[in-house]
Amino acid sequence: MHLLNPSSDAADDLANGSAIRSILTDIPLSPPAMDHLDALEAQSIYILREAFARLKKLALLWSLGKDSNVMIWLARKAFFGRVPFPALHVDTGKKFPEMYAFRDRYGKEWNLDLKVELCPPIDDVDPTLPPAARSAARKTEGLKLALNKYGFDGLIAGIRRDEEPTRAKERVFSPRGPGGGWDVRDQPPEFWDQFNAAPPPGAHLRVHPILHWTEADIWAYTRRENIPIIPLYLSRDGKRYRSLGDQDITHPVASTASSIDEILIELDGSKVPERAGRALDHETEDAFERLRVAGYL
Amino acid sequence: MNMILPASVSATPNGTTRPQVRIVIVGHVDHGKSTLVGRLLHETGSLPDGKLDMLKAVSARRGMPFEWSFLLDALQTERDQGITIDTTQIRFRTRSRDVVLIDAPGHAEFLRNMITGAAQADAAVLIIDALEGVRDQTRRHGYLLQLLGIKQVAVVVNKMDRVDFGAARFNAISDEISAHLTRLGVTPSAVIPISARDGDGVAARTPRIGWYQGPSVVEALDALEPARPLHQLALRLPVQAVYKFDDRRIVAGRVESGSLSAGDEIVIMPAGKIAKVKSVESWPETLHGSSHGAGRSVGITLDRELFVERGDVIAHAGATPCDTRRIRARVFWLHEKPLSKGDQILIRLGTRESRASVVAIEKVVDPGSLSHAQTESIARSHVGEIDLSLAQAVAADPYGENPRTGRLVIEVNGRIAGGGIVLAVDAGQRTVPVDIVPVESALRPEERSARYRHNGAVIWLTGLPASGKSTLARALERRLFSRAGSPILLDGDTLRAGLSSDLGFSAQDRSENIRRLAEVAAHLARNGHIAIVAAISPAAEDRAAARRIAATSFREIYVATPAEICESRDPKGHYAKARAGSLQAFTGIDNGYQPPAGADLEIDTSARTVSDATDAIERMLAESGILLDEPVDLAANV
Repeated sequence: MHLLNPSSDAADDLANGSAIRSILTDIPLSPPAMDHLDALEAQSIYILREAFARLKKLALLWSLGKDSNVMIWLARKAFFGRVPFPALHVDTGKKFPEMYAFRDRYGKEWNLDLKVELCPPIDDVDPTLPPAARSAARKTEGLKLALNKYGFDGLIAGIRRDEEPTRAKERVFSPRGPGGGWDVRDQPPEFWDQFNAAPPPGAHLRVHPILHWTEADIWAYTRRENIPIIPLYLSRDGKRYRSLGDQDITHPVASTASSIDEILIELDGSKVPERAGRALDHETEDAFERLRVAGYL
Repeated sequence: MNMILPASVSATPNGTTRPQVRIVIVGHVDHGKSTLVGRLLHETGSLPDGKLDMLKAVSARRGMPFEWSFLLDALQTERDQGITIDTTQIRFRTRSRDVVLIDAPGHAEFLRNMITGAAQADAAVLIIDALEGVRDQTRRHGYLLQLLGIKQVAVVVNKMDRVDFGAARFNAISDEISAHLTRLGVTPSAVIPISARDGDGVAARTPRIGWYQGPSVVEALDALEPARPLHQLALRLPVQAVYKFDDRRIVAGRVESGSLSAGDEIVIMPAGKIAKVKSVESWPETLHGSSHGAGRSVGITLDRELFVERGDVIAHAGATPCDTRRIRARVFWLHEKPLSKGDQILIRLGTRESRASVVAIEKVVDPGSLSHAQTESIARSHVGEIDLSLAQAVAADPYGENPRTGRLVIEVNGRIAGGGIVLAVDAGQRTVPVDIVPVESALRPEERSARYRHNGAVIWLTGLPASGKSTLARALERRLFSRAGSPILLDGDTLRAGLSSDLGFSAQDRSENIRRLAEVAAHLARNGHIAIVAAISPAAEDRAAARRIAATSFREIYVATPAEICESRDPKGHYAKARAGSLQAFTGIDNGYQPPAGADLEIDTSARTVSDATDAIERMLAESGILLDEPVDLAANV
């Protein structure tokens, strides 16, 4: 039930949005406090170390975006400066040039064991999916290729509960069937930081170390830790990207935020969902869920 | 998953701190939780000006009567849009407390979610519809709160407007629920008549409930005791892993309680080894001197080389957890196949995993009817008390002393099937050794290897009974001795006659026997001798444990003589007895032997002579750096 009336005027919306936030947390209009970030960081490090201790062949999915960069940073903290498993980039070949430049630079600088997996052509993908979802499904196919090639039993992925309702149902350690599929109704219980780390034969685990973070947390942490970002996130000519995907299905949002500080201020009053610029989220109601059941992130 | 636990005090704008209490509102799904939450936000002044009017206006515009639960719906909408910061917690303030309300779904099928959410609460509000009274789900939730150790429970009897604010109806419900909770050992801090819709009893005793003398809901919340902050408890650092990425040997884990600093004297449990924290490592920079409190993920180095592994718990000397192989726990069961007496399970307690067998099951309860079942199994969604016998010693605390190291989960087929809290641990015969400081040898390893022309090693011969392990071990002992080495034979049966004379042949006793063999052998190896162990050691897991104990000096030899040949040899007559049924738990026939997958050497004694097999072992030892070709020049090492 959407009782916040989208037609009320902008000033009211701003006021209501921020007021509700102050009920939900101790944190008022400003970005999350240091203590909050410390706690998020410690929890993520715990999850990464659990994954490394309990799985045999891990890889970290590096999409080059802000979330996976935070994840790499957290992994370096967890393992004292090195990432002790490969960073896997599932490449559609359609990313922005800035993204490839970022990959090439920081893959070396961060001393990553970088593995690039090219996605199969679009013709190999389920033609009943809407166009943008079909395009995104290529990534799932690329992921399956990498899984088969390297035999990973665990993939560390940077999804967050607040991004998209389907992702809110996720576990921290989430088993995937042999085809990479996700059965949302058959998820083992997970509590007290005890994770189910034994995938059935042929299956693998998705590990989600930043599931409990929000978009604002990511930016506040990026700022605090001075983690490099792709400049596309910052405003140029009145527009910036809130989320980065393939060039043809990702659109910038109107924004004047040209620094992380300004992004945080902007997020504080925004009612536009983070993935608003992702075409695939808007095609049909179940497109995203269908993708995830088939193994999409 | 577990949400982040913030510090239990929070800063106020004027810089003072207020105690924080975490509460969960439970009860039947239709008894008015959302309405109460909406009303509480309003009554505690947690809603912004105009918010309420706006929602009322929206309701009017849509032609529906305003409901307090709309507030939660509005918040839910924000969540769905992904623009709120906190997804599962709602905060408000009473006069002297910060209250964090943990969202707990009410449907029975969401029971396990509630269990895991409620487990972190300090207190609970149990809500009952005055019209409907105490329902099964009410009783079940009450029982589970007690099960999870939540002692502070305030009961609210809601919808008093639907029973004309009748004191008699209220008293009847109050008596019923109080009796129920008292039987569970929980005394409700208050039973409060309210109308969440109209506001009676939420923040004030209105005239309509003038007959009621107790506290309002807000006053009851204000009186809740916050949990003792985790950092005030004794240090518990369960080890997640030991990293050797460079020349540092970093012990990594999360401080679950207490705090830790460089220079601290620590004890590694369950073994009771003592060390000092040399440094607390971090990337990008190494911190010095600061204290690392509960909730921090840390990495430390120690001032001496000790065997530390995942599952150990680091504590301060004098305040260690118990080391135990017997645990009594109260568990809730989530698996469709009931947990039964005699079941072999896997438990996870902190970062330790251990095989365990269920020795006894008692006090099984159906949380709905609260009826005790005279049964030796715990069905799905039921609870019970169990005694566990563990395959290895673990470090644990009773839940009442430390909630973080006093809880465990049970796995079946690799999936979490239940969870529970530790009621008691049996520390066994030996007292906790807090004052052990291993004395190092006066000799350096290279002095010994110069004399013996070999490095220390553990040669582990595993195989079926009568496969030829002892024969090979004796031949190898002779061979090494004749080249002036220092071999020492540790035969499984010989050890059982003395050191392990207290042990039988259950899986658990076999594990313990292997552990003792491995500890003795590893000690000999560290002191330059070659310990030759001949032991059936049927369980791969036990052998892996032995390899961990002996570390790089471990060499495994699989004596892979075919079973039918072993049985035909039968020098001790065991196979014959087992076939005749007079010898139980005999590995050759009814106790599965798990052959090693990655042995350093495999020898089939039916296919080669003893001397030939001994040659092969000697070659393997030379190639893997145990036997040295030329005498080491001692002078070069000084």
